[in-house]
Amino acid sequence: MANGSIAVPAEPKGKLVDFYKQESKHKGIWSWLLTVDHKRIGLMYLLVMIGFFLTAMTFGFLMRLEMLTPGATIMKPQTYNTLFTLHGVIMVFLFIIPGVPAVFGNFIMPIQIGAKDVIFPRLNLLSWYLYIAGGIIALISLFTGTGAADTGWTFYVPYSIRTTTNVSLTVFAAFVLGFSSILTGLNFITTIHRMRAPGMTFFKMPLFCWGIYGTAWIQVLATPVIGITLVLVILERTLGIGVFDPALGGDPLLYQHLFWIYSHPAVYIMILPAMGVVSDIIATFSRKPIFGYTPIAMSTLAIALVGYLVWGHHMFSAGTSDTSNVIFSLLTFLVAIPTGVKVFNWVASLYRGSIEVTAPMLYALCFIFVFSIGGLTGLVLGTLNTDIHLTDTYFVVAHFHYVMFGGMGILFFASLHYWFPKMFGRMYNEKVAKLACIIFVIGFNGLYFPMFIAGYLGMPRRYYDYLPEFQVYHVISTVGSWIMISGILLMFANLLRGLRQGAVAPANPWDSTTLEWTVPSPPPMENFEEIPVVTKGPYDREGLIESKVKHQLKH
Amino acid sequence: MSQNSEVVVHQEHVHEAHAHVGEHVHRDDMGSKMGMWLFLFTEVLLFGGMFILYASYRFIYSDAYKVAAAELDTYIGTINTIILLASSCAVVLGIVALQRKNKGLCLGFLWFTQACGAAFMVNKYFEWTHKIHLGIYPKGPALADMSEGEVVFFGLYYVMTGLHGLHIIVGMIFIGTIMVMIQKNKITHDNYQKLENAGLYWHLVDVIWIFLFPLFYLIH
Ligand code: HEM
Ligand SMILES: [Cu+2]
Repeated sequence: MANGSIAVPAEPKGKLVDFYKQESKHKGIWSWLLTVDHKRIGLMYLLVMIGFFLTAMTFGFLMRLEMLTPGATIMKPQTYNTLFTLHGVIMVFLFIIPGVPAVFGNFIMPIQIGAKDVIFPRLNLLSWYLYIAGGIIALISLFTGTGAADTGWTFYVPYSIRTTTNVSLTVFAAFVLGFSSILTGLNFITTIHRMRAPGMTFFKMPLFCWGIYGTAWIQVLATPVIGITLVLVILERTLGIGVFDPALGGDPLLYQHLFWIYSHPAVYIMILPAMGVVSDIIATFSRKPIFGYTPIAMSTLAIALVGYLVWGHHMFSAGTSDTSNVIFSLLTFLVAIPTGVKVFNWVASLYRGSIEVTAPMLYALCFIFVFSIGGLTGLVLGTLNTDIHLTDTYFVVAHFHYVMFGGMGILFFASLHYWFPKMFGRMYNEKVAKLACIIFVIGFNGLYFPMFIAGYLGMPRRYYDYLPEFQVYHVISTVGSWIMISGILLMFANLLRGLRQGAVAPANPWDSTTLEWTVPSPPPMENFEEIPVVTKGPYDREGLIESKVKHQLKH
Repeated sequence: MSQNSEVVVHQEHVHEAHAHVGEHVHRDDMGSKMGMWLFLFTEVLLFGGMFILYASYRFIYSDAYKVAAAELDTYIGTINTIILLASSCAVVLGIVALQRKNKGLCLGFLWFTQACGAAFMVNKYFEWTHKIHLGIYPKGPALADMSEGEVVFFGLYYVMTGLHGLHIIVGMIFIGTIMVMIQKNKITHDNYQKLENAGLYWHLVDVIWIFLFPLFYLIH
């Protein structure tokens, strides 16, 4: 196989056993728990992550149920506080941030660059264990001590210092998760620099790898700051060192700075690899090379870079100086430029393409629509005077769900459908997958769009109660949550069914051009029998021999 | 020395003997060094967050900082600085010794490094216990009477030097592990990237102290 980008399905050649069946020196469950194979580690992340996602989704569902009517509907205020904190902590630290890198970065990226594994496989396993440890500590913090944390996922001081709930342990969980994230980032940067196959130059990498690369840098460069900040919160609670506590001379605003120096770039940790996925999917299903490969790759780095310098937009109303507010507002607008570059390039890639709307493509298209709403409302919040009106209202809740859930979340689902055949060697039911997607997106907009209006009219966030005039929006929103969750459950059920009784997937069911589709589905233990030599661009279709096995799912 | 590792890289990077199927034991010295540098970067940022706090509060409480800094013992600080510089030098000499196939001398230098690390910690112990004895610690009786700026100064002092001390201990464990590996000939004159990585880590711990020392002990 001299040419890396030819998409002929390579049927297993006898001695290549797929990685599920490959014998290793450990047996049974240990062949998973002690594995250093990037694919197995990726799958272990996936399994645990779906568990966390469903848990946090249930919390979201309960919150929405509470908001159905004014006053206490099904819970007390303290329960509500706990729920939105845990919902936020789990979604942010356990699902959205590690999601695409840990699962698909692990499983797919090494194959896409033509490598046998990541460069530090044992470190990779350690990252997974740290992730599990962080998750378990977070869960323990729920049921031990003096009650689950009620600070919101931002852990703002001084409340996080004063509250008697079990904040220290929750914060420590976030710290451990940060460690996991750093090590993954470090591993991926080094892998991409050192392990690319011969001929795979940086500008021949699929855009997904670019996304992973940009994200890995942010993981390495931003996470340590939150690490130390959270440690300081714990020390402040236990010892009273005074660095954040205003009663002792500390400045709470400095906490906010340090928190957002990480947590804004974290938004890009979530979205960059997801944007890489959408590029791969659109190129595949438009049957043409992506439009503007280099601008998309470069805008990834530009977003990573500028995204670093905008954290102050979370503090416009916190008492920072006017000068810094103006500068942060300006920089925030600047991020919209590389983001716009991406969106326009995706749309241009569709132009005159031979578009095939499969389930992954449908998710990707929905992403462009939903994410644009999220991005544009972000500009409203980046503008100083409108932000003063909208900050800490439901408008913000709607905005970040549109970008985080509508962005990374939808693309997580898209990736799941796109790479499902590769990962599990089976197909799912295409019709049901599309139906689930449509139900999901309708529910999504039903759930979050009314929040824009309610927020604009003054409905504050993090309240378990509200004035009767807001009820109509809350009712629509709660009904939306039911529809959306049905969509999600249908989607998972369909995937699960595909896993057990779907048709066997060929090596390249979608006619894709990137390297992972040249190896069997599921791939053998070390991915390639022989490391490929790459001579073409990632989306080059010229000379592409049409795969004989056409989409099996279509029959 | 970097030439040396380049050669190794070209030989080893492309293919590697597989002890077990599924155990991808690649040897890539450049990659290993790159990973280490990235890790050091994260350490710099970790301390960077605290240096930002130090600077901001120095701006807010400049007078109190001066008063508080006068409490610190410049002599102990200076001695510890010299100890760390000497230990860093010893690590470098240890690497060179190993490259020249002198395993015994290499281990000797690393033992010296360990001794320096221990001496540093002993000094730190006496410094801290003396302060605590005087009641200068978070929520301590003496600190309670001081101004807000001094409270913050000592808060940062304990956290930053404490975290630095923790890094010294980690560094000593790191170097200790490497010494065992040298003893067992797992690290040799043509395969010493792990030793170099341990050295890099030790230098970083040293460099951080080079910043902590003037900021806390010298500026009055
Ligand atoms: C699955 C269905 C989901 C539902 C029903 C839901 C619903 C909610 C609700 C009702 C709130 C509280 C609003 C408030 O009172 O301020 C909230 C907050 C939040 N949600 Fe979701 N959400 C869902 C999914 C997600 C996802 C996928 C993410 C991550 C991308 C996410 C991230 C957050 C965050 C960060 C908060 C803020 C928590 C805080 O205020 O500390 N949610 N969500
Ligand atoms: Cu932000």
